[in-house]
Amino acid sequence: MSSPFHSRVAGALVDDNLHIALNRVTSRFTTLRLNALASLPHADSVRDRARAIRAHTLSRLDIYLAQFADSVEAAGGRVHWAADAHAANRIVAEIAKAARARTVVKGKSMVSEETHLNPALEAEGITVVESDLGEYIIQLAGETPSHIIAPAVHKTKEQVGQLFHEKLGIPLTHDPALLTAAARAKLREVFLTADMGISGVNFGVAETGTICIVTNEGNGRLTTSTPRVHVAMMGIERLVPTLDDLSAMLQVLARSATGQKLSVYTSLITGPRRRRPSKQSEGGPGEPDGPDELHVVLVDNGRSRVLGTRLAEILYCIRCGACLNICPVYQQIGGHAYGSVYPGPVGAVLTPALEGVEPWPELPQASTLCGACRDVCPVRIDIPRMLLELRDAGHRAGQTPAWLKLFLPLYQLAATQPALFNFGAAAARWITRALSSNGWLKRLPPPLSGWTDHRDFPAFAAQPFSAQFKNHHKGAKTQRNTKDSS
Amino acid sequence: MPPTTVQLFATCLIETLRPSAGMAVVRVLEGLGLTVEYPDGQTCCGQPAFNGGAWEDARAMARHTLDVLSRSPAPIVIPSGSCADMIVHHYPELFADDPKYGPLARDIASRTYEFSQFIVEVMGVSDLGARFAGKIVYHPSCHLLRGLGVDDAPRKLLARVNGLEVADLPGAHECCGFGGLFAVKMSDISGAMLDRKLQNVESAGAQTVVGCDVSCLLHIGGGLRRRGAKVETKHIAELLASDERGAMNDE
Ligand code: SF4
Repeated sequence: MSSPFHSRVAGALVDDNLHIALNRVTSRFTTLRLNALASLPHADSVRDRARAIRAHTLSRLDIYLAQFADSVEAAGGRVHWAADAHAANRIVAEIAKAARARTVVKGKSMVSEETHLNPALEAEGITVVESDLGEYIIQLAGETPSHIIAPAVHKTKEQVGQLFHEKLGIPLTHDPALLTAAARAKLREVFLTADMGISGVNFGVAETGTICIVTNEGNGRLTTSTPRVHVAMMGIERLVPTLDDLSAMLQVLARSATGQKLSVYTSLITGPRRRRPSKQSEGGPGEPDGPDELHVVLVDNGRSRVLGTRLAEILYCIRCGACLNICPVYQQIGGHAYGSVYPGPVGAVLTPALEGVEPWPELPQASTLCGACRDVCPVRIDIPRMLLELRDAGHRAGQTPAWLKLFLPLYQLAATQPALFNFGAAAARWITRALSSNGWLKRLPPPLSGWTDHRDFPAFAAQPFSAQFKNHHKGAKTQRNTKDSS
Repeated sequence: MPPTTVQLFATCLIETLRPSAGMAVVRVLEGLGLTVEYPDGQTCCGQPAFNGGAWEDARAMARHTLDVLSRSPAPIVIPSGSCADMIVHHYPELFADDPKYGPLARDIASRTYEFSQFIVEVMGVSDLGARFAGKIVYHPSCHLLRGLGVDDAPRKLLARVNGLEVADLPGAHECCGFGGLFAVKMSDISGAMLDRKLQNVESAGAQTVVGCDVSCLLHIGGGLRRRGAKVETKHIAELLASDERGAMNDE
């Protein structure tokens, strides 16, 4: 039981700061989400519509991708196809080289975390600065995101104060407003000097080639409009067919993520800066700002392999993070313990879906299948069902622990042969009753010691239910017979 | 027309660890005038194997259970949200393409009910004339609440128990951390989740935790016992059978 996963979990479970930080944020997000959905008339049917849009898009993804790519190019952007993480990073590095970019400012992008873009660019001598406050914090700390929308959720404001004090040389403070101001001052310099901006994409709109980016800090807008070159990285699944569909998705995204009706900034970007008016009739001098170049990097990295499989539903995900916030396992261990770029319930499915079950034996097991994630998901993804699918795949790949491999067929045999079942139960009854005191056992041998590490185990009952029922039945019959004869 | 006969699938945990809950179920059902059949040969629904990823083993156990339950046309009552969810939702999935067991699984699923759900939704009864003096909290187990979508039924039944005070359980909808083999395989996470549940139980100041799943109750009960807490656990049927009219026929 001492795999790297289990040691990360053990560390997380005793990390008091982690629990303070997680409690503060997850409970707040969860409550805000409930209120925000309550304020949405017909929330259930909006969610159904959002799910239907995702399902429809993915069922015709090839068509919508082609349409999206054409629309982006028609608007003056360039489209790049990246089959895997390596290709994606190489494409971005080449765009940077061609633009002679030395400093790159980045908005929040989980797909760039997935491809490990930052180290790849830094290896090319490019300086990368994260502009999302949470990302900036973890970049300073040399860490990775532990939540898909709140990357530094694992840090308390006290820890952030200490970090800024050490790294930025500001006086020690825990005041979020002062800390934000310090980060803002540093980041403004970067925005003005950066040669290239890299952003993620919340949704791409196939009919118009528009990319939609939602943020709460305005960093997204600066990243995508101030530098000369804007590179938008997106997973190939993150499309919606029309602007109308986009508005349906936006109705549930922020509500599910942060409990806002809409994020503070919702940017729709169609093409780079137009030097001349796009239509003759518009006249005027063209657009006053925006990048000279817009590059959209479409990242596959395993997604097309998931399409059409029993895990395809995970591609409906709109990365709202609601399933992380509600998950009782995530609340206990935080994001880093999962060890994957995408943590929590969505990560426990998406990671093995993209990378295979072999490297991730524990992720599908790290769940009680309580179903809270399925309940909150704005597009109603049945995460527990897919965790079960992955457990099936893991079992077939030989990942089941040896003791369980031995036990399961025996249990199956007993459960299909009632006589054997009764015999096994009688043996367990005899053993547990002999070893128990007052009906409970304090210690069981490994592997069952896992149970008794945290709770007592009940001794088997003196008389099984089936026997009690038969006696009761006999009693009832005798009674009836007596009544009949009287 | 409400049925006159039911089949009881008692579950392996009630069979071996908590028969008293099963007997309480029988008393409540008979109190409603129902004939309770106990199909012989029943063992375990196979959920531990299914959740463990051993789907071939789970199928073998499910086939056995389907054979056992299909001998009678009567509806099936299960005093466990989790096992009922297994039969109602996962059996049809496991046999989706099976020409013999597919139709059988769908038939059995369509007439399987969790105990409290059966009483309220099928029998249309919520007042069983039960009497129980004390302050309890109700723990809605995950597969009952989110799997079967049953929440009102047990609460209605509890609301009609004379003398009963149902206290609010903070974080009631959160999982207790049981999760079957999860409690053994991921024992430390499970223990941390259990701690949170127990803190909430203790803060509610109740003497008894009531639920519809013996599995979660054994988990919570084992944790309470480890803490030395003076709080006990009861299956909802044990409460509903207290002082309940039908019980008199049995004396
Ligand atoms: S799986 Fe659903 S709840 Fe989780 S992040 Fe994706 S959209 Fe949100």
